[in-house]
Amino acid sequence: MTIALEARNIIKQYAGVLAVDGASFSVREGICFGLLGPNGAGKTTTVEIIEGVTTATSGEVLYYGEIAGAKFRQEAGIQFQNTALQDFITVRETIEMFRNLYDRQADMGQIIEQCSLGDLLDRDNRKLSGGQRQRLLLAVALVNKPRLIFLDEPTTGLDPQARRNFWDLVKSIRAGGATILLTTHYMDEAQVLCDEIAIMDAGKIIAQGSPEKLLREQYDGLIIELPISDLTDDLSGIAHTVLENLGIIEVVTTDVSKTLQQLTPHVSNLNQIKIRQPDLEDLFLDLTGHSLRA
Amino acid sequence: MLKRIFAIFQARNREFLRDRAALSWNLILPIALMFGLSFAFGNDRDAYTVGVLQESKAINTDDHDFLKTRYIHFVAYDDLDLAMRKVSRHQLDLLVEFGDPPRYWVNSESPKGYFAEIVLLQALSGKEALIEKQQITGTAVGYADWLLPGILGMNMMFSCLFGVGYVVVRYRKNGFLKRLRATPLSSFEFIAAQVASRLVLILLITSFIYTGTHVLLGTRMEGSYFTLFLIAVVGAISLISLGLVISARVTSEELAGGLLNIVNWPMMMLSGVWFSLEGAPDAIRTVANIFPLTHVLNSARAVMLDGATLADVAPSLLALTAMSAVFFAIGAKVFRWSQD
Repeated sequence: MTIALEARNIIKQYAGVLAVDGASFSVREGICFGLLGPNGAGKTTTVEIIEGVTTATSGEVLYYGEIAGAKFRQEAGIQFQNTALQDFITVRETIEMFRNLYDRQADMGQIIEQCSLGDLLDRDNRKLSGGQRQRLLLAVALVNKPRLIFLDEPTTGLDPQARRNFWDLVKSIRAGGATILLTTHYMDEAQVLCDEIAIMDAGKIIAQGSPEKLLREQYDGLIIELPISDLTDDLSGIAHTVLENLGIIEVVTTDVSKTLQQLTPHVSNLNQIKIRQPDLEDLFLDLTGHSLRA
Repeated sequence: MLKRIFAIFQARNREFLRDRAALSWNLILPIALMFGLSFAFGNDRDAYTVGVLQESKAINTDDHDFLKTRYIHFVAYDDLDLAMRKVSRHQLDLLVEFGDPPRYWVNSESPKGYFAEIVLLQALSGKEALIEKQQITGTAVGYADWLLPGILGMNMMFSCLFGVGYVVVRYRKNGFLKRLRATPLSSFEFIAAQVASRLVLILLITSFIYTGTHVLLGTRMEGSYFTLFLIAVVGAISLISLGLVISARVTSEELAGGLLNIVNWPMMMLSGVWFSLEGAPDAIRTVANIFPLTHVLNSARAVMLDGATLADVAPSLLALTAMSAVFFAIGAKVFRWSQD
């Protein structure tokens, strides 16, 4: 399959801080690729280097096999996490202005309909709600019919309904054939939207693949979770992980019945026990030793 | 390229024109200053100014008792035509030459010239028969005539420096520039759009203020409107370019404000906005020539008050063009999109 984007050994050194430490990954054409990591992991710096708005100390970015340059700028659509727009300018004028910066231009009506901005066209940018603003920023990212779209924490700060609406929008864009590179803190978002993910920590890519594959490789079984406060003594002889900050312990097992029988003598109250599938949060914790949202 | 420049140009114009507070400030301040100062000082300056025709640029008070007279500001001239023109415009109350024989020139229509002549003749202690009198005629250059170019120039300076410099820093600080960098827009295109936008807006505002004050106060216009417009265009470009140089890398609005003030206050004081530097020490006049506003005001006053032609103000226009080229090149070279 065609590789749309490839980052090769990206390094970014700030004074006294190695923000990105040799990050390499590739993104296949037509997929939604998620870059996950906590604050300070270096994912925004990595993405901004790929986008061309930050200069790398070393490394290179290839777009369809060539060093990302003028063609990349014409064909990439970018939604930053925080972008100020001009005051006193309407939604329609903002879209038109950005659209006129590109040789490739999407149809105005199509963008407006896709991002549900029809009722907001004459509204001043300053008077948009969080969800409306995110839809406008996405519209701005679509003005050039992009083949590759960067979405940096696109649903941060949105209410649950607005987040789900935004997910539907991203799915429709992907269905149109565009490649998407998404950075997010939300594991449910990554699991719903991403075909592949790369997990980043301390400037390095520590795992890459589809969420299902990575979870399958890391876990064989289910997770039993119970509050530390319900333990009557220590769990010697039972492999477990203590999560002090969450006040719980976790036990991974392939035989839930047998493990519950082992645990029962050590637990005062079984009502708080949870049995669940491992998720990306667990994966990140096990790979890095700390919580994804720490 | 032009399409991208026009997109940014148009958006910036809309942003400025819809910001009613900023627009009002740009219009109301200069008009209020012009009318207020004309009303307050409309009867012209209090002190007498007398030109002394001599080769030396320094006035030696020992040369003649008249030069010791208090409340008269003596200015040396070595160009008789220039000095006579100033007498005819009432910019000099009297012109004297202590040669052989001594001569003086006075405007018979100037009230202050009448009194300055009495003081001169008194200082000569009855030797008036030995001094040769030359009559000059011509209507006065009022304070409003002299002040108008200064007010227009000052407004242009503030609008160009802060309207571009401050805005670019704000765009950089809030990430709007970073977003533009992720598009095919080049730094040259962005800067060209900013210059074009501010140029059009400041020319419209300046023309509006000039027309209003010219009509209402009947200010003097001896030269060509085209030449005056050309001075405004070239002067505004140089001031906008200077604002871009200052804002090319700065990421803090506070620092930008300080740097812009470092530039605009010396221009306010030394470029001739409020008072003429005629008679000031050479060093100060030389320093003043490094400021674009000095060239703008000198050439605008020459056109408006003395009827200077395009050829007369060409040196100033060339100086402004050279400054613009240097400022623009530096601005485009060192321009930074983001705070990193």
